[in-house]
Amino acid sequence: MLLLKGLVKRFGGFAAVNNVSFEVERGEILGLIGPNGSGKSTIFNVLSGTYRPTAGSILFDGHEIAGLAPHQIINRGIGRTFQIPRPFRRLSVFDNVALAGYYGQGRHSRAKAQASAERALAVVGLSVDARAEVGGLGAAGLKKLELAKALATEPKLLLADESLGGLDEQEMSRAAEMLRRIRDEMGITIIWVEHIMGVLMRVVDRVIVLDHGEKIAEGSPGAVANNPKVIEVYLGTQAQAVQQELATASHAEGAPS
Amino acid sequence: MNFAFFEVFDIYLLEAVVNGILLGGVLALMALGLNLIFGVIDVVWICYAELIMIGMYGLYYAFAVYGLPMWIAAPMCIALVAVLGLMLHYIVIRPLLDAAPINQLLATGGVLFFLQSFATVAFGIDFRNLGIRLPVLAIGEMHFSYARLLAFLAALAGMVTIYLFMTRTYIGTAIRAIAQDRQIMVLMGVDSRRLYLVTSALGGALAGLAACLLVLQYDVHPFVGLSFGPITFMIVVLGGLGNFIGGFVASFVFAEIISLGGLYSDLEWGYVLAFAFFILMMFARPQGLLTRRS
Repeated sequence: MLLLKGLVKRFGGFAAVNNVSFEVERGEILGLIGPNGSGKSTIFNVLSGTYRPTAGSILFDGHEIAGLAPHQIINRGIGRTFQIPRPFRRLSVFDNVALAGYYGQGRHSRAKAQASAERALAVVGLSVDARAEVGGLGAAGLKKLELAKALATEPKLLLADESLGGLDEQEMSRAAEMLRRIRDEMGITIIWVEHIMGVLMRVVDRVIVLDHGEKIAEGSPGAVANNPKVIEVYLGTQAQAVQQELATASHAEGAPS
Repeated sequence: MNFAFFEVFDIYLLEAVVNGILLGGVLALMALGLNLIFGVIDVVWICYAELIMIGMYGLYYAFAVYGLPMWIAAPMCIALVAVLGLMLHYIVIRPLLDAAPINQLLATGGVLFFLQSFATVAFGIDFRNLGIRLPVLAIGEMHFSYARLLAFLAALAGMVTIYLFMTRTYIGTAIRAIAQDRQIMVLMGVDSRRLYLVTSALGGALAGLAACLLVLQYDVHPFVGLSFGPITFMIVVLGGLGNFIGGFVASFVFAEIISLGGLYSDLEWGYVLAFAFFILMMFARPQGLLTRRS
């Protein structure tokens, strides 16, 4: 569904993303990991149209989208959440989501915006009192709002940027579960950038590892967690924990993949 | 005798207070237009009052020269200035959106002189008016001009319309939202260029409405913008640039200072007081009367 070919993004002489190629299959959850400054966020910013790539192509459903404006990309069906939620604090929770729906779908229909806002709020579990002010939401609530805003644009592909940051243990597993439900029930393909490896590895189908703007590994969570290069540049001491986590997770499900 | 003195004094005071409120309505309308543009596009239209001046000429020509009925002439005038607002954005502001603020100020300042000169050449420097004199409403010993009452009510209606548009439609909600966070708006699928055009047309339409209301009360000439442009800027700055409610409150504060100041002397002294108040407030609260929440 998404195909990156030789993507390069330079800032002056510095290549934040250097010749990265990968493909995303329809219906999968792809984890995008790597140390700070490895180019994950830059890739997200290029995919969502904030940055124009220096070179390379991005095919989405067979159409080139590299260099399109952000609103055009959203209208084509790529939604995005942000690491640090930035809701409009002077609008209600519902208006925040409905506004995303109104403009994100590119159709500018009031009824559709409200319908998808209600659906998105229900999916993330924020439907209790959506007329409420944004100020009343906690960290988990803001993350949910962020997700609901992206879902209201009715994306085919969701770029989830650190959906777990700032959450406690229990909230993290719920958030991870939510991403899986979004894929299973709404059929939305997901690329997920995350620093908290244990939770990510349990949910994703495939992982791509970046380092210094280059792709250094790609494969199933199990293979990547045991990849010596990945352990060296990124997982480090986390490796053991991640491998253990994967073992218990697959044991619990009874179906190692 | 003392008693009678106070009675007369009170009536004049009340009259001045009411006139201040009536003036405040029109000032608030102008401040709203300017705030809307600044809040959304982050640009100050230095030539705002000159757009109003062109609108005043528009109504003068449509109504007094070509004899169109007011119910056609006034909407035409509002539409004319709305189109001027669009053109201003498209031709002058858009190429300078990423330029330094001083360049934007200079460019719209240039439009100010352009419009003044244009009006001088096209319309001459004579003072023109609609040639209608609306009656004066007498309540007891107080006198209020119908032109002012009408202007106040129309300004109020204009502001209520904008309020409803801003709160009940998604385009209006987007306009409020983009004033809060410009970057995120684009990433929600909003084409900010289109939103800027809508905002510019709205700001222009507000200037057009103000033009219709002002030309009921004042003569129009190419430099008429100077008599209410500076006061509008002071109001908007005092209210906190881009702060709609602050601008609304500041409009009435200024209108009362002008009106009550004028009570004890000439109206010009009211303006002197208002400007002095502004300078003092800039020392006391440089961020504006109501600080903008972030």
